[in-house]
Amino acid sequence: MALSNVLQTPAAGFNFDNAARNTALEGLFDGGETPKPLKTGTTIAGVVFKDGVVLGADTRATSSEVVADKMCAKIHYISPNIYCCGAGTAADTEKTTELLSSNLTIFSLNSGRNPRVVMAVNILQDMLYRYHGQIGANLILGGVDCTGNHLYTVGPYGSVNKVPYLSMGSGDLAALAILEDGFKPNLELETAKELVRASIHAGIMSDLGSGNNIDICVITREGVDYIRPYQESEFKDNRKMKYKYRPGSTPVLTEKVVPLKLEVVLETVQQMDTA
Amino acid sequence: MRKCRHEPATQPEIQLYRTESRRNGITMNTRGIRSQLKDSVPVAGMCPQGAYGVQDSLRSGFTSVKNELLPSHPLELSEKNFQLNQDKMNFSTLRNIQGLHAPLKLQMEYRAARQIQRLPFLQSSHLALDTLRGSDEAIGFEDILSDPAQSETMGEPHMMVEYKLGLL
Repeated sequence: MALSNVLQTPAAGFNFDNAARNTALEGLFDGGETPKPLKTGTTIAGVVFKDGVVLGADTRATSSEVVADKMCAKIHYISPNIYCCGAGTAADTEKTTELLSSNLTIFSLNSGRNPRVVMAVNILQDMLYRYHGQIGANLILGGVDCTGNHLYTVGPYGSVNKVPYLSMGSGDLAALAILEDGFKPNLELETAKELVRASIHAGIMSDLGSGNNIDICVITREGVDYIRPYQESEFKDNRKMKYKYRPGSTPVLTEKVVPLKLEVVLETVQQMDTA
Repeated sequence: MRKCRHEPATQPEIQLYRTESRRNGITMNTRGIRSQLKDSVPVAGMCPQGAYGVQDSLRSGFTSVKNELLPSHPLELSEKNFQLNQDKMNFSTLRNIQGLHAPLKLQMEYRAARQIQRLPFLQSSHLALDTLRGSDEAIGFEDILSDPAQSETMGEPHMMVEYKLGLL
């Protein structure tokens, strides 16, 4: 159906046609009743140790006061040597990290090299600054490249910070307390993993928006070890996904076989053309 | 000289730096980037689009002040002008570093590449333009969201061509 008031094809990218309608709707609902986007209300943390970077995250995704996802994956793959933890609006972190990953894959296909962490940070910073904080993504990027082990944080407005250890999300203060206490330069692998686990655990205990399991991702020059879950919460439910019982689980008491007598009523033969 | 039809009539008339040349029926802006920046965003299709700034009741219905004063999204204007602003920044940096010839030659190539496209209601690939800009190796939100090939509204082909040629 061709419309006569459309004089140009609509531009690609974000479409703001509904912005006016949305503000009008918000006024109608008197605030507080519009559905909230799925936020991750998270604790994420990262630590640079001797051979690489350890990233940790909890696995709870909340939608206002309801836990929407108990096994949410917050550590996203960017490239074989870079992983990213995301806090903030779940969809925003997912899509932004996927776009970043695609752009870096194109780069590595073109040049034949693994991307550097600074490239990921710069692309993210440009992208997030362009949208002036409307994309709610607080990201911790960690990776190992030819220049060393790096840990960066990128805020929703495009601010970048390069630090040896950090935490983000709603549980970041509790996690940061543990990190500040236990961090030393050039930690060993097991100490670093234990430190990150303890900090995420502190975030889970002290913050309502974080909970359930702890995921850990260890990135070294040799490769990546994505341990999901590293520690499961004690309160997990035992709901099974399948309710199919295996044969033999019900005992057979008696067995009676009745053969059915079938008689031939009509028989037709149809020749097949095989020419 | 003709006023650019992208601006609503409520805009102050700034006709000084807008010139369009017509050759072979193709209307082109011969001025620089700055004059092409859009100062405002038409609100929800209510922008008067008539030839002399008079609103076009037949196509866009009656106007009302309330419709034109409704707030739009804070990002709408910056997104509309984003590519132009980026180009402006890059060209002025290039001019400062390498002299006037560098942006001049590049802009000439851009104008040539921008003309390689199909009629307005068909999808053009913009391959030459993308290669010049370097956006053939980058993925952004404009490649994922709101794909024009899958838009829900379709325009009348004859009217779209007439609009582009300036006959409407």
